[in-house]
Amino acid sequence: MSTDAPSLPVESRGARTGLGRARIQGATGSGIPAPNLSPQRGGENAGEPRRDHLLVARMVEPGSRVLDVGCGDGSLLALLRDRRGSDARGIELSREGVSDCLAKGLAVIQGDADTDLADYPDDAFDYVILSQTLQATRRPRAVLEHMLRIGRRAIVSFPNFGHWRVRWELGVRGRMPVTDNLPHSWYDTPNIHFCTIRDFVGLCREIGAQMEEAHALDAGGQPVRFHMPWWFWNLFGQQGVFLLRRG
Amino acid sequence: MNEHVLRTAAPGVAPLPEVDHPSSPVAAFGAEEPLRLDAGVDLGPWQIAYQSYGALNAERSNAVLVCHALTGDQHVANRHPVTGKPGWWETLVGPGKPVDTDRYFVLCANVVGGCMGTTGPASRSPHTGRPYALDFPLVTIRDMVRAQAMLLDRLGIPSLFAVVGGSMGGMQVLQWAASYPERVFAAIPIAASARHSAQNIAFHEVGRQAVMADPDWRRGRYIEEGVRPRKGLAVARMGAHITYLSEGALHRKFGRSFQDRAAPTFSFDADFQIESYLRHQGMSFVERFDANSYLYVTRAMDYFDLAADYGGVLAKAFKGSPTRFCVMSFTSDWLFPTVESRAVVHALNAGGAQVGFVEIESDKGHDAFLLEEPEMFAAARGFLDAAAVARGIR
Repeated sequence: MSTDAPSLPVESRGARTGLGRARIQGATGSGIPAPNLSPQRGGENAGEPRRDHLLVARMVEPGSRVLDVGCGDGSLLALLRDRRGSDARGIELSREGVSDCLAKGLAVIQGDADTDLADYPDDAFDYVILSQTLQATRRPRAVLEHMLRIGRRAIVSFPNFGHWRVRWELGVRGRMPVTDNLPHSWYDTPNIHFCTIRDFVGLCREIGAQMEEAHALDAGGQPVRFHMPWWFWNLFGQQGVFLLRRG
Repeated sequence: MNEHVLRTAAPGVAPLPEVDHPSSPVAAFGAEEPLRLDAGVDLGPWQIAYQSYGALNAERSNAVLVCHALTGDQHVANRHPVTGKPGWWETLVGPGKPVDTDRYFVLCANVVGGCMGTTGPASRSPHTGRPYALDFPLVTIRDMVRAQAMLLDRLGIPSLFAVVGGSMGGMQVLQWAASYPERVFAAIPIAASARHSAQNIAFHEVGRQAVMADPDWRRGRYIEEGVRPRKGLAVARMGAHITYLSEGALHRKFGRSFQDRAAPTFSFDADFQIESYLRHQGMSFVERFDANSYLYVTRAMDYFDLAADYGGVLAKAFKGSPTRFCVMSFTSDWLFPTVESRAVVHALNAGGAQVGFVEIESDKGHDAFLLEEPEMFAAARGFLDAAAVARGIR
């Protein structure tokens, strides 16, 4: 498989359906402050689902069993339940998040992605979702492997450490990057396992995960044009969003 | 005044007032409707005393069963007929509370083996005319639940909107969900476990031995002999009470403070506040609780091992369960630690049940479930509100 162009069924459906400006879920698992991905958040209608949630919801087939690891206040799970008829379950580290989820009638367990996924049996879910949390786990590879063991498919989004602004901070200014997307200083960041989109693709190959869909979103939340080569994604994509299948 | 030893109230011999003729309603079952006990014995005639709050709706869909803990009773949200104290769970149950009596029909029954009106070892045996004492058969958590189910049948309640309980009450909640899944829409087991641990059995055994070591226990026949094993039961309660708290809570509340004195007295008086507090706990307990009931109900907890009834696999107890669960534990609870609740959650997940779980941050130990814990209230309220919507309760 060539690494020069993403030979994936990455399509422009998102753009056509108005999902192109999708952002990545802000609330993360592990109770970790989310990267600031939402410069346009204030402009959102509170009653409307977030567009990044709609992007994920579109990936999920109706009537599926879904586990959202780090489900925050459960808004994505509620969307999946209400719009996709999903049997929606979640794991969330913060008590406040779990309480919010319970009040939405969601089956959410207080827990930690790094330790608790091992308790789930094989093939328990159709989809396991990990949103903006992979880089904060202690063992990202193990987490990903568990996700693909527990679920038939996995949906993973993460900040791309190969983004040009990150490279600029590190390569030119010689500082650990602190950007809108990654607002933490090196000494207090919860993000201990950064990777680039290419790194992630490499990991997927290493563990034999098939990429069914891949999206790269730029700083404005716009999808990077799908026909661009990987290096372009890796430079201009601020986030990666992947739909994976067991190999 | 010399106070080396535990001083209980004057050695009155009046039997506990609520045993045979409780002030709360009673459902009486004749010999033709016995309670079939796990011990292989039919108990009958027998009775179960209960309290209710709120009103059953026309659809009979809004009944909530509250299950009480070891030394609790049916007086969840009303003044206690013996102690005059507020109901033991008025923090959670009442008008506008998470278990809202304006909205739900809330029931709580004294457990079988208890001493507040449901048949137990202090009850007068219809066969001998004497208190059962140790002739009372051993009862289990499942027997308690079976008795409650018969009460619901009697009251014409086909299924429960929710079953809620902490500690031994939480064990009953789990047993309810396992025994009568189709009768339980939602379940909230708090600070509970699916089996009693070796450590907990050990604590119970110490308590029972304290009771039985009291010369006034009289091999269980103390009522007829006009005495009560007050000191033994008080010591049992003192020991147990420590297990309901946490080191942090004890230190915060008492530290090494002296009781009404500035310095140690170089005696075995209750110099420390914690000693005085424990003695008070022990002494007041014996005024409302029967010593033999304490033996029987602790034994029921010891015997509880839900997985054992399902080939040792807890998940099988909940396989295909239609019930939605909200499991809660407390960070400082070392009697029913979070790991026990997590085991339940794990089994529920493996059984395919809908389960939510939250560990509440608290330094108050096991007793936290009875206390002011806003996070617990918020979780319970949210969970019940959402479940009520799902059940169509307005």
